[in-house]
Amino acid sequence: MAVTDERTHLRGSGITVGVPVPPSPRRGRRFRSGRRERPNWIAGVASIVWLIFVIVPIYVIVRNSVQSRDAYIEGGPLSPPNELTLEKFEQVLSGGFWTYLINTVIVTVATVALTVGLALPAAYAIVRSRSRLVGSMFRVFLLGLAIPAQACIIPIYLIIIEMNLYDSLTAIVLPTVAFGLPLAVLVLTTVLRDVPRELYESMTLDGAGAARLLWNLAIPMSRAGLVTISIYSALGAWNSFLFPLILTQSEDLRVLTVGLYDFRTQYGIDVPALMAAVLLSALPIFVAYLFARRWLIAGMAGLGGK
Amino acid sequence: MAAATAEGADRASRPNGLWILPAALMFGLFAGLPLLVVVGLSFTSWDGIGSIEFIGLDNWSRAIRDEQIYDSLWISVLLTVLTWVIQTPLSLLLGVWAAGRQRNRAVLSAIFFLPLLLSTAAIALVWGVLLDPNFGLAAKVGPYIGFPDGNMIGSTNSALLCIVVVLSWQFIPFHTLLYQAATRQIPQMLYDAAVIDGANRVQQFFRITLPQLRNTIVTSSVLMIVGSLTYFETVLIITRGGPGDATNVLPYYMYQRAFQSYEMGYASTLAAFLVLLGTALSLIIVRFSGYSKMRSTLEGM
Repeated sequence: MAVTDERTHLRGSGITVGVPVPPSPRRGRRFRSGRRERPNWIAGVASIVWLIFVIVPIYVIVRNSVQSRDAYIEGGPLSPPNELTLEKFEQVLSGGFWTYLINTVIVTVATVALTVGLALPAAYAIVRSRSRLVGSMFRVFLLGLAIPAQACIIPIYLIIIEMNLYDSLTAIVLPTVAFGLPLAVLVLTTVLRDVPRELYESMTLDGAGAARLLWNLAIPMSRAGLVTISIYSALGAWNSFLFPLILTQSEDLRVLTVGLYDFRTQYGIDVPALMAAVLLSALPIFVAYLFARRWLIAGMAGLGGK
Repeated sequence: MAAATAEGADRASRPNGLWILPAALMFGLFAGLPLLVVVGLSFTSWDGIGSIEFIGLDNWSRAIRDEQIYDSLWISVLLTVLTWVIQTPLSLLLGVWAAGRQRNRAVLSAIFFLPLLLSTAAIALVWGVLLDPNFGLAAKVGPYIGFPDGNMIGSTNSALLCIVVVLSWQFIPFHTLLYQAATRQIPQMLYDAAVIDGANRVQQFFRITLPQLRNTIVTSSVLMIVGSLTYFETVLIITRGGPGDATNVLPYYMYQRAFQSYEMGYASTLAAFLVLLGTALSLIIVRFSGYSKMRSTLEGM
């Protein structure tokens, strides 16, 4: 068995041997730094195919946002970038874009703050509390992971009307938070479970109560998880479409997603203007991604480096 | 303390149950309560503005005779199955691949995650442009894949497949991210031991990576199945259920009844059915995978 395996193992490097080669200590160390030391060609080719699929729509957005409508009709969505113009961005920016942006920022910030502020103590209680109530509530949250927000839109609409919140930004925030909580709690619970029990004990011996253990131990140890759920809930709020579509109607409360949807009716066949609007709506998130991706990857490296 | 179990034998300070209450209240009011209300509304007649009238089982008996429900349910199931079958293997492989520390993988996965940054509305609008039979990419590519007129989105047979492709583009990055994070948590020593035992890459994948990703596969599948069973924003923006009723999935049919014909009571019946279906499915998946006993994969190592 070992013989055949070793032969397969070395085939990619052009060497075929019939005897098992014991790994030298040095080689063993190399495995530690990188999981695979031999390039995986099949995966490489497949990843290029996937890259093309992912990149074409993105190219279409970027390319067409900087050309005129006539050039688009002539050249189609994949034309090479020759004639460049910024007129479409001016057109979009002068059409209510700033209001939509501010509304979206408000909704996103409120959603992230509420999600983290509620999920963290909940996950802490789930991992550390001995209360039976908490255990059963955790199961409720797990089931909540599967509650379909779309199927609940009618009762949410009714509840929001009954609370006199219809047509307000709060109406968008509250259900968005509620439906984001299960995943946030789950992620934080998983992260907090890996905090060694001994650390809680030794800090308690130093006189720390439950709140200080959360602040000085659990939060620092779960920073990666906190960043992850912040990013998820921010994206969820920024990109949410159905809640704002159903729960608001005034134009001055419109968020970017609903704004885009209206742009299509407004601009019709003016694809470059539509693409400029799409690009502008994603730009803040893209900038945040450039900044936060380091955090996300560092967080995951922290998790995986144990 | 002598009677304490091994689990609780320490004297560490612990939070009490109240810590979970704020989250539970928020979740209960805006996600839990709607589940009950939707069932309640399914026994009523309501136009969205006026008063809500109790009409007993009328909506339910009407639903049983409504042939569109059966068609829509079939389309929804088809969409869900296609979504799962296409997205799960792709995002699992991509996630495991992206978990590697090589520089090229880091750069490419940064690009692969780009669709995560776009909203449903943006993605649907862009794909709507691409699939436009007159000016879009579909007009150019169509002739090579059996659509001389480029009208993939306007043909009954292929419209649903177009939606599946759009949803894959949109959601595979999210599931890839889940798998990437989980793969990176697999202890390196398992692979080191496997290499010493002479396991090759394929064997490592099936014997170590796949079993270690079990919890993630369950999570991802629950999100994917329940998600695609109830998701309709893309349909709303790209096809509006058409052509004909070819992409009229059940949740979109519910949306039409609720917010276009203002039959909130009847739409609630459809919604209640969707909720029951989704909950039942996720309960089945969770039960059969022992997920509620979820533990840290690192425990005991």
